[in-house]
Amino acid sequence: MSTLQASDPFRTLPARPWPTFARILRRAGAGGAGLLLPVLLLVVWQVAVERHWVSAQILPPPSRVLETFGELWASGDLWFQLSISLQRVLVGSAIGGALGLLLGLAMGLSRRVEAYLLPLFQAISQVPVLGWIPLLMMLVGIDETLKYLVIAKAVLVPLTINTFSGIRNIPPSYLEVARVYRFGLLLRLRRVILPAALPSIFTGVRFALTKGWIALVTVELLASSEGIGYLMVDGRQMFQLDLVIVAMLVIGLVGLVLDQGLALIETRLRRWQRQAF
Amino acid sequence: MSEATRKRPDLRGWVVPAALLALWWLATAQEWVDTRLVASPAAVLEAAWQAAVSGELWRGLAASLGRNLSGFALGSLAGLAFGGLLGLSRLAERLVGPTFHALKQIALFAWIPLLSAWFGFGEPAKVAFIALAVFYPVALNSFEGIRSTRRELLEVARVLGLTPTQRLLRLVLPSAAPAIFTGLHLGLIYAWLATLGAEYFFSAAPGIGNTMIDGREHFEMDQVIYGLLVVGAVGLVLNRLAAWIEARALAWRDGGR
Repeated sequence: MSTLQASDPFRTLPARPWPTFARILRRAGAGGAGLLLPVLLLVVWQVAVERHWVSAQILPPPSRVLETFGELWASGDLWFQLSISLQRVLVGSAIGGALGLLLGLAMGLSRRVEAYLLPLFQAISQVPVLGWIPLLMMLVGIDETLKYLVIAKAVLVPLTINTFSGIRNIPPSYLEVARVYRFGLLLRLRRVILPAALPSIFTGVRFALTKGWIALVTVELLASSEGIGYLMVDGRQMFQLDLVIVAMLVIGLVGLVLDQGLALIETRLRRWQRQAF
Repeated sequence: MSEATRKRPDLRGWVVPAALLALWWLATAQEWVDTRLVASPAAVLEAAWQAAVSGELWRGLAASLGRNLSGFALGSLAGLAFGGLLGLSRLAERLVGPTFHALKQIALFAWIPLLSAWFGFGEPAKVAFIALAVFYPVALNSFEGIRSTRRELLEVARVLGLTPTQRLLRLVLPSAAPAIFTGLHLGLIYAWLATLGAEYFFSAAPGIGNTMIDGREHFEMDQVIYGLLVVGAVGLVLNRLAAWIEARALAWRDGGR
């Protein structure tokens, strides 16, 4: 019963609580087990390269990756490239975010605006950012403008959708109360619509920034001479895969921090909302 | 807030696109912009027509779709197997889950330089990249679908004395089916995106993404725009197709209610 149970779907469910001591053991084991594979992989990887089973050029050993990371960090190069990338994301997201918020608000508040703009919006969002890049390159060149536009487009779509649906999903009774109190548009916006739609909008912000970060990496891979994406291209061209892997790790880490940080704020917001109503 | 009458087909959605199209046409016809750089709508149609007649469009499309589907097949099979394993086995989840979730954080396109170092710039690298793009959503959704099997149903299965195989086929898979299909649907969307990306980043070979990159390099905007339209259209068709298959495959669920 004990070992076979591991592959049993019954076990996956919180059906029968474990005895406490066993549960504690399991939980400790769960954390350890999760680390087991990565550690094992790293060790095998390191040994495999040291024993020349695979060439260090194809798969630089973890120690080298760590070393490269240390060097890049110490020289300030990593931070320099990252700050350029982050600045691009910031500007692009500000543009796309402001536009998305406005568009979502306008379509959410007015059925007429929705009727005019939603189909076009859907058609544009249908084509992934990647599809727009060649055309944008021809129209605006490959300078900063291109990066800002690509990130802005990636950010705009989820933010518009979430703002729009956030407003549309406000319970009608809230709006009725506002009507009874004869709230004007501004008051309605400030007191009813924005607070009620805020959680959905914020989810949009979180999605949007994650998308913006991914879009940045894409556009930097395609056309850039600085930034974290360029670091990868550079590393690849010189066949320094340790550099490539460092950049991958940083990209993953920044994505994670963005997502988790915003998720944290989101929970705070939701708590506030529960208290507010 | 005016409530529109929803009886007649709503044509208002066409107003802005039509106006933009007219503006584009005017701008090129009146030469407000340099027509050597900015293609006119007529030039785009002409380019698309030429490509369709000469067969270039179909060759590119066939190459892209072939790549797309082989990557999708590989990635979704691997994703189903992996997600299924993680869903059915706690041990596997504890061992591999954290690694999987950590690797998931790395943006898809960030894999390209590494993949190109391992697989070269040819067709294998493209298919591997597409497969990777499909793998994540399929694995994640299969895993979550299987995990969400309802406890009461599993208890019924236990009472009925179903064997593990029966339980898997009769209970776990059907109840995970909606999530699995969602994963496959997402996978199909990602696959198309990845196909485009693969054609941009890896070496030149026939394909619709390549048509666009080519057009950009030779400053032929007509080619870029018709490529863009084809990419959008294919994405739309794939999306619709997936939704249709999904509805078909899950039709039994509504019948039972």
